[in-house]
Amino acid sequence: MNKIVKICWALSVSPLTVLAQEVEMADSLRSSGKIYVVVAIVLVILLGLIGYVISIDRKVSRLEKRIPEAKK
Amino acid sequence: MKKQWWKISTALLLIYSVMGGLLFDVPRLNIVNETIRALYFHVPMWFGMVAMFLVSTYHAIQYLRTSQPIHDTHSISFATVGLILGLLGIVTGMIWANYTWGSPWHGDPKQNGAAIALLVYFAYFILRGSVANQEQRARLSAVYNIFAFAAMIPLIFIIPRMTSSMHPGSGGNPGFNMYDLDSKMRMVFYPAVIGWIAMGTWIASLLVRTHLLNEKLEELEDEQNS
Repeated sequence: MNKIVKICWALSVSPLTVLAQEVEMADSLRSSGKIYVVVAIVLVILLGLIGYVISIDRKVSRLEKRIPEAKK
Repeated sequence: MKKQWWKISTALLLIYSVMGGLLFDVPRLNIVNETIRALYFHVPMWFGMVAMFLVSTYHAIQYLRTSQPIHDTHSISFATVGLILGLLGIVTGMIWANYTWGSPWHGDPKQNGAAIALLVYFAYFILRGSVANQEQRARLSAVYNIFAFAAMIPLIFIIPRMTSSMHPGSGGNPGFNMYDLDSKMRMVFYPAVIGWIAMGTWIASLLVRTHLLNEKLEELEDEQNS
């Protein structure tokens, strides 16, 4: 009886748990710390775009001051 | 800088979502592997698009009720940003599909539905471009806008759930079944959604303001000419 349970476990559950651990992820990219290079690059682009939106926002505000009626 | 706090939080939310999205732990799943992180960036585009179109439709209804041109301006501005977010969503989805489903265009019901919804909204802009009279344009496009939103809901949210789709949350399941157990992903996903909706609102507000400035300048020019 015990043997059957063990075989069932070996055939059904244990391969799944082993698979779950062996799913390939970018672990070496993380352990080497190079993932921070990617984070830095994406952040620079994001910050650049946000900064650009802020500068457009300011330009529009300046124009609104010159034409005060335009503000609803 | 008064009343600008929400713009600062928008920037902070997006910065957080990029850092958390690339660095935090994610579930280890076959096939998607590390690309599961695309969820933090691809799905907020669609949430953002739906939010922008919702606001656009609200202003379309308000225009029909009040006939005030400001509502038409809001309607077109939010629809523009919604369309841009939708295009970004389709392009990011195609890149993701190429590596997980095997080809960029897989004929997935949700993918097809989203493409049709975008085409319906393209027609909104074509309709606007084809009517010269400002009042007529605003009225016609407001009516069409409500139709477009009503067409988008079944195309994106209902039909893909009635058939089998490779998108999670399809085939009768509620959304995010696959990731239900993972509350860590929600910690990045929801801030990303809020951040992108807020960013869309910010850009749409800029469109509204430039549009109003443009109108005012045209009025001033008319006064000078007469």
